Amino acid sequence: MPFKILKKQELVPTIHLMDISAPRIARKAQPGQFVILRIDETGERIPLTIADFDRKKGTITMIFQAMGKTTTQLSTLKEGNDLLDFIGPLGNPAHIENEGTVILVGGGVGVAPVFPQARAFKEAGNKVISIIGARSANLLLWEDKMREFSDELYITTDDGSKGHHGFVTDIVKKILESGTSVDRVIAIGPPVMMRAVAGVTKPFNVKTIVSLNSIMVDGTGMCGACRVLVGNETKFACVDGPEFDAHLVDFTLLMNRLAIYQPEEKIAFEKYKCEREGCKC
Amino acid sequence: MLDRQKMPEQDPKVRRSNFNEVALGFTDDQAIEEAKRCLQCKKPKCIEGCPVEVRIPDFVKYVSIGDFDSAIKEIKSVNALPAICGRVCPQESQCEALCILGKKGGPVSIGRLERFVSDYESKLEAEIPKKPEPTGKKVAIVGSGPAGLTAAADLARVGHSVTIFEALHAAGGVLTYGIPEFRLPKDIVRAEVEYVKKLGVTLLLDSVIGKIDTVDELLSDFDAVFLGTGAGLPMFLNIDGENLNGVYSANEFLTRVNLMKSYKFPDYDTPIKKGKHVVVVGGGNVAMDSARCALRLGATEVTIVYRRGEEEMPARAEEIEHAKEEGIKFRLLTNPVRLNGDAKNWVTDIECINMYLCEPDESGRCKPMPLAGSEHKIEADVVIIAIGTSPNPLVPRTTKGLEISKHGTIIAKENGATTKEGVFAGGDAVTGAATVISAMGAGKIAARAIDEYLKGK
Repeated sequence: MPFKILKKQELVPTIHLMDISAPRIARKAQPGQFVILRIDETGERIPLTIADFDRKKGTITMIFQAMGKTTTQLSTLKEGNDLLDFIGPLGNPAHIENEGTVILVGGGVGVAPVFPQARAFKEAGNKVISIIGARSANLLLWEDKMREFSDELYITTDDGSKGHHGFVTDIVKKILESGTSVDRVIAIGPPVMMRAVAGVTKPFNVKTIVSLNSIMVDGTGMCGACRVLVGNETKFACVDGPEFDAHLVDFTLLMNRLAIYQPEEKIAFEKYKCEREGCKC
Repeated sequence: MLDRQKMPEQDPKVRRSNFNEVALGFTDDQAIEEAKRCLQCKKPKCIEGCPVEVRIPDFVKYVSIGDFDSAIKEIKSVNALPAICGRVCPQESQCEALCILGKKGGPVSIGRLERFVSDYESKLEAEIPKKPEPTGKKVAIVGSGPAGLTAAADLARVGHSVTIFEALHAAGGVLTYGIPEFRLPKDIVRAEVEYVKKLGVTLLLDSVIGKIDTVDELLSDFDAVFLGTGAGLPMFLNIDGENLNGVYSANEFLTRVNLMKSYKFPDYDTPIKKGKHVVVVGGGNVAMDSARCALRLGATEVTIVYRRGEEEMPARAEEIEHAKEEGIKFRLLTNPVRLNGDAKNWVTDIECINMYLCEPDESGRCKPMPLAGSEHKIEADVVIIAIGTSPNPLVPRTTKGLEISKHGTIIAKENGATTKEGVFAGGDAVTGAATVISAMGAGKIAARAIDEYLKGK
């Protein structure tokens, strides 16, 4: 049962948006959940966080960065093409309630999964402060969409080409130091960013939630590839997460485990590029 | 009385580096000779040993006269998956254990004959039985493993409309993700699944019940639900170092190899750590499968670490024998206490302690006790934990009124009825990790109970 790509767009260089026709999944999807997809028969199963969903149209929106073999191959697909497998909605939904004031931090491609949470927190009556960051202004995602559901929106870039010159953590720290009462922080982005945010919020004792992007195979609790250490207990990101209390997560282990297949990822990517572009070797 | 025919097999030296099937199957002549050994007992004991009630002497008789078509038809009238059973059933403790000839030259090779006639049929166009009169009743089957496939086939055969929901992208459950190609070729599984589909069963892949639909939602569309969700949750040892890079659950290792075909990496995209020194912890069939896969991926040395002795190993004797022939090392009465790693979180060795056996425990097996002062290290760059699995909680957690035991297994009566009206269950989800054939037996029994239940509705 193939899953059709209804929309495909390169939002900023290397970061792509895709709407997939998957009515059964769209019917159930919640912010915080993810899907697993497989492009073709020889493809691997990769998890991607749900960036948006439209129950009426029956679509799931994903945002991904073309980095390795599978995501690059995915970025070459066009509207009208099919994905062989599309499985979800997996993982637990984000816990969304009226907390008071919530800071949402999205780094890089992590802005995408933060967006449906910003919307949901806003709709639940919270004051939403959003901080979105990128390496450079031209890589900044979804500023407009985030602004629509944010009471305050801050932008940071590593090179200073837009907004604050520096990291998202600088702004988080400034807000917390200013004495603004913050009830919850949600941070989604590269593990180093999530670790840094956790480090900043810890002294202020503000509940901080991160979404862990571990390596997964089945995504249903069957294999344990995604195991993470949370509060010294082994958890499976796919069924116990993907969201966890940032102050309890062992980020070093997470990053070490994310590096397991680096040599193989390189081999697969080189082979793919050779086949696409013709091999010089 | 003639001795059992010998099953041709791939040479261990050759097969240890390929994923092709180890056993090659009887020739026509061998099958006929073997079948002629059957005494055609008036009160056949062998049938009592078959969880899916195959009328063994009847099909063996057909084989003995060379009528293979009738033989396979006879089996398939009760068992939809004979090519699988013929390969992975522990016949030595079931049908063959009860064969009168066991005392003289060895029992009739019932499993190998079953396999022979299934393979004979696979070369032809499988005959599809006539579709029965539809009953108008709808049954949802959750999970397409041995229990689900068997229940689906039996329910379709009596005219119910059956839909299977499978979480993964391929059908077969443990037959597909767990048991390796060299023991059960995936083409065989695919063919058996196709046969079940031809009986009229609808198969929906990529459908995680508990997520995309709950059991309660299924009950609004279907008249009954069968849960054959298996025992998919891997157990770990809960010792230090288990999250080091290079440490796998057997489920992950086997899923990468079998379902994702990572042994064909990079032609297939899913990677796997091949390892030079691989240690597998456990003594069951899954441990043997993991060890033999690791060897085929190119490991220099593969060691099985098991805390009891060979006698106590739950693996089939044939699998232990095959593993030994291929050069797998066995460190028995040895139990891991810790995994050590390097600065980058990669496993370097597994620290173990020697064990000795004392009185039998509640499982009837001798309880292993650590021998103080016997700690030692075994070098390892890949470690596979194969100490068992427990049922996946996705369905129980999302189903109101479905009671589960403290072990996480679904509570069901002998006929498969659970504590929730209209919901039946069978296989590993109910018993905890067991065998393919016991799951098939449970699927068969539950199908009968579901049929009864639907007649009363």
